[in-house]
Amino acid sequence: MSTSLRYELRCRECRTAWGNQPISFCQNCFAPLEVAYDWDRIRTEISKDGIARRPANLWRYRELLPLPDNYDASTPAGFTPLVKAVKLGETLRSRSLYIKNDAVCFPTLSFKDRVVAVALTQARNFGFEVVSCSSTGNLANAVAAQAARAGFKACIFIPADLEPAKVLGTQVYGAQIVRIDGNYDHVNRLCSQIADKHRWGFVNVNLRPYYAEGSKTVGYEIAEQLGWRLPDNVVVPMAGGSLITKIHKAFKELIALGLVAENQVKFFGAQATGCSPISTAVKAGRNEIEPQKPATIARSLAIGNPADGFYAAKTILGSGGWAEDSSDPEIVDGMTLLAESEGIFTETAGGVTVAAARKLFAQGRIRPDETTVLCITGNGLKTTDALAGRFEAVEPIAPKLAAFEQYLDREFVNARTAGKGAA
Amino acid sequence: MSVTVSIPSAFRRHTEGADKYNCAATDLSGLLDALGIRFPELKPHLRDDQGQVRRFLNIYVNDEDIRFLGKDYKFKEGDEITLVPSIAGG
Repeated sequence: MSTSLRYELRCRECRTAWGNQPISFCQNCFAPLEVAYDWDRIRTEISKDGIARRPANLWRYRELLPLPDNYDASTPAGFTPLVKAVKLGETLRSRSLYIKNDAVCFPTLSFKDRVVAVALTQARNFGFEVVSCSSTGNLANAVAAQAARAGFKACIFIPADLEPAKVLGTQVYGAQIVRIDGNYDHVNRLCSQIADKHRWGFVNVNLRPYYAEGSKTVGYEIAEQLGWRLPDNVVVPMAGGSLITKIHKAFKELIALGLVAENQVKFFGAQATGCSPISTAVKAGRNEIEPQKPATIARSLAIGNPADGFYAAKTILGSGGWAEDSSDPEIVDGMTLLAESEGIFTETAGGVTVAAARKLFAQGRIRPDETTVLCITGNGLKTTDALAGRFEAVEPIAPKLAAFEQYLDREFVNARTAGKGAA
Repeated sequence: MSVTVSIPSAFRRHTEGADKYNCAATDLSGLLDALGIRFPELKPHLRDDQGQVRRFLNIYVNDEDIRFLGKDYKFKEGDEITLVPSIAGG
């Protein structure tokens, strides 16, 4: 690495270095690029105490992110709660279960706020005026919101059948939205072609190597919030497959820097049964991905041709982990189980993760005494249509005490019986 | 019979700048052979040492990923083939 660079792009396969520019794949061998860092320099600059003194957002890990000089750190994304999940642990038979709750990530309630925060620093650095993305919804929200705040024009490409809340949650920020008559993989291919022709900053195409590094902050935070300790297992939802590889990368970096003790963390991937190209590969013991045509209510995970599927499967199998998938009814059960046991309302992708974790515990692949973190990456208020018909409509009653007493007799016989004793 | 191949900008330094290529290939194997003969510098980027289509090369026939059509899919007159190196997204 050139001595003047803190980081630069490098091919994941042939290792050719490409400096810093808005490209996502090696111009020699066409394999994906990722960011490599000057670790000698980082080692002299970073410390746990230094990190602890900084504000509680993802910029506290700035040495470990590909940020240009004078980047704008005014959006406090990240540093979401790591919640001990005792009740869910009882159901799943875990004595040490945690939820990494990105359902409350700032500003748009998903982990995509992290990757966009990093990507937009580079969009500014490379001089883009228009930022864009192909999205299954959460990324659309994150790009639209952060572009509005940072003063970029935003043009967002989505599959036509996206949940209404995710469409509204993009338009409200003033972003231009382009609905594509096709699934996410069609949208994604089109965006690759547009990025090839127009000088736009596509966060998940030509800015993708920088963008994806933002996902590492999930891993840094898990370690720091566990008291600078690595868990034994993480369960991660998979769409493009990037997040699970980046949490793995984050843990490896923390070990290499001596910030945490080494631990052989097992990585478990979760997909919807209706779109499970990565978990299918893992179950077959291979890294090569066969694309699928998505058919699942978990639209945020509905990527049939995952960009990092190969690397996700490799990470999982190499760690001794596994992958599971969840059917549509299991996804809804997972959402309600998390809500009823931990008070966390997650979107369908979170239902996938909870339901897959339930299977992994039942199979004995995750043991009760191990520390396990479930990554919840999005908010249930964005996918309420998945719960349509799940709950009965509540009939109104008159604002009279007698009407309430009648209501109790009718609806709450058990509660009334219990209440008499207490009075 | 003729099909048209759209060549992405990253490949064009191996195709003398050509962004389209018309050929009479009837299937994927024939298409890769024809591209390799017409553009020898592009050839090593299309198949690996075992002769398999490179892992990160995505090939679409009209709007469909060719893996859904099957590797023996027979092209039809006017099919538009798109090459996308290293799909991104997610």
